[in-house]
Amino acid sequence: MSLIKFADVSIGYEGVNVLSNLSFEINAGDYLCIVGENGSGKTTLMKSMLGLISPISGTISFNDGLKQNHIGYLPQQSKIQKDFPASVYEVVLSGCLSKGFLPFYSKFQKKTAFDNMQKAGISDLKNKCFRELSGGQQQRALLARALCSTEKLLILDEPITGLDPIAAQELYTLIKQLNHNGITVIMVTHDVNAAIVNASHILHLEKETYFYGTTHTYLHSDIGKRFLVTDCPCDNCQKNHRGGV
Amino acid sequence: MIAEMFTYNFIIRAFVVGILVSLCASLLGVTLVLKRYSMIGDGLSHVGFGALAVAAALNIAPLEVAVPVIVIAAFLLLRISENSKINGDAAIAIISSTALAIGVFTASLSGINTDLNSYLFGSILATSNSDAIMCVILAVIVIVMYFIFYNKIFAVTFDENFARATGLKPSIYNMVIALLTALTIVIGMRIMGTLLISALIIFPAITSMRLCKRFKSVIVCSGILSVICFFAGMLISYNYDTPTGASVVLTNCAAFLVFWLISIVKVKITKSKTIRHINL
Repeated sequence: MSLIKFADVSIGYEGVNVLSNLSFEINAGDYLCIVGENGSGKTTLMKSMLGLISPISGTISFNDGLKQNHIGYLPQQSKIQKDFPASVYEVVLSGCLSKGFLPFYSKFQKKTAFDNMQKAGISDLKNKCFRELSGGQQQRALLARALCSTEKLLILDEPITGLDPIAAQELYTLIKQLNHNGITVIMVTHDVNAAIVNASHILHLEKETYFYGTTHTYLHSDIGKRFLVTDCPCDNCQKNHRGGV
Repeated sequence: MIAEMFTYNFIIRAFVVGILVSLCASLLGVTLVLKRYSMIGDGLSHVGFGALAVAAALNIAPLEVAVPVIVIAAFLLLRISENSKINGDAAIAIISSTALAIGVFTASLSGINTDLNSYLFGSILATSNSDAIMCVILAVIVIVMYFIFYNKIFAVTFDENFARATGLKPSIYNMVIALLTALTIVIGMRIMGTLLISALIIFPAITSMRLCKRFKSVIVCSGILSVICFFAGMLISYNYDTPTGASVVLTNCAAFLVFWLISIVKVKITKSKTIRHINL
């Protein structure tokens, strides 16, 4: 059963469509990468999933017991965070807010925060100051915060921006691992090469058209071939390719 | 000397109100500084001056006019700061100078120039008994609301986008912050003066951020610091017969310099430690 279903959705600002007539379904356990050039509407689409903007027409439905405010969101970092005095624990704990109405955090919420710091591999950084962490560590802390507000779905907005290659690879590994453990992942990214390695599905947005399908079909589609330099890495295609040459 | 000081009723009143205002201002200041809203506090105090002057000219109780005017101005300034289409800081500057001009204008028309100085720079004599009671009530409201919303205020300050995605409504909490700031400024205006009250909001936060690394410790540190600085400022003011507002601001400034120096020394020490570590 699908987790999120887009039925003929058009999204835009002030009545002008940025994206028109999108229809696709995201299933539980998928790893979807949303790619496309700047201005193609990746961020707009993501905002509509988070309920920050509502579609002009069509419906976005959430199934399988998923609530819109129970999505784990990893936004791009803002200027304010660069010099914000906060411990990693305080940051992670703030992800639990969607699940409580009390003015103070409950024992359960604190435990959730601990568990997710462990999952993100930052338990030892608990009392460190957020602004003094490395870029990779900061992203892990924000990922742990995102995990606090969800059990099912993570939405990541260009998570490797500004990271060095090693930190980026570590973050990809961590995300893949979370996906293996059953969390659905939706990632907006510019890193197409990493997308085709990690993702199970690709959504490629272009002006007036889009592609949605598995990574394998994407690599064989016209839109994918135009956008990518690499050939499909799967065994079959490599064999055919070698046979052809 | 301190014992003699507290035999005067007006001094006790000023202390009670001042300490509560310092506490409120320092709590809110952390959020305002981090959200880049420091100028809102400054703008609001100028609007407050305008409101006080008009109230005095019309012979109405000053707080009854100032509270609604400043609360409305707070929402307006917040709107302007959030709306990126208008140049926020320029708009705040326009509003504050206009309000200041209205204040000076009405004051001179109605011929109450003698009070002008006390409005601008504050006076411990200015709080009447009924003012003091209202100040205590407002301060308690601010402090209680701040603690009720503490976690949400943290979330909204740290990352508005994430907060919105998890179903919090940042605009509501921004309005709560604006409302609490407005109330704090109203009660602090008479003692500190409208030109100096914004220092009470900004200084403790900036000072404690030099050394504290957790949000909670920043809040606690600025609260304590703010109360100590107010106390010291009042003692100086009483002893040397200096204006209260200015004395409090200067003690705050001194505290800032001390914290700033310590933070520089601290960085130097950790640097030399790591260098020594590498050499070993």
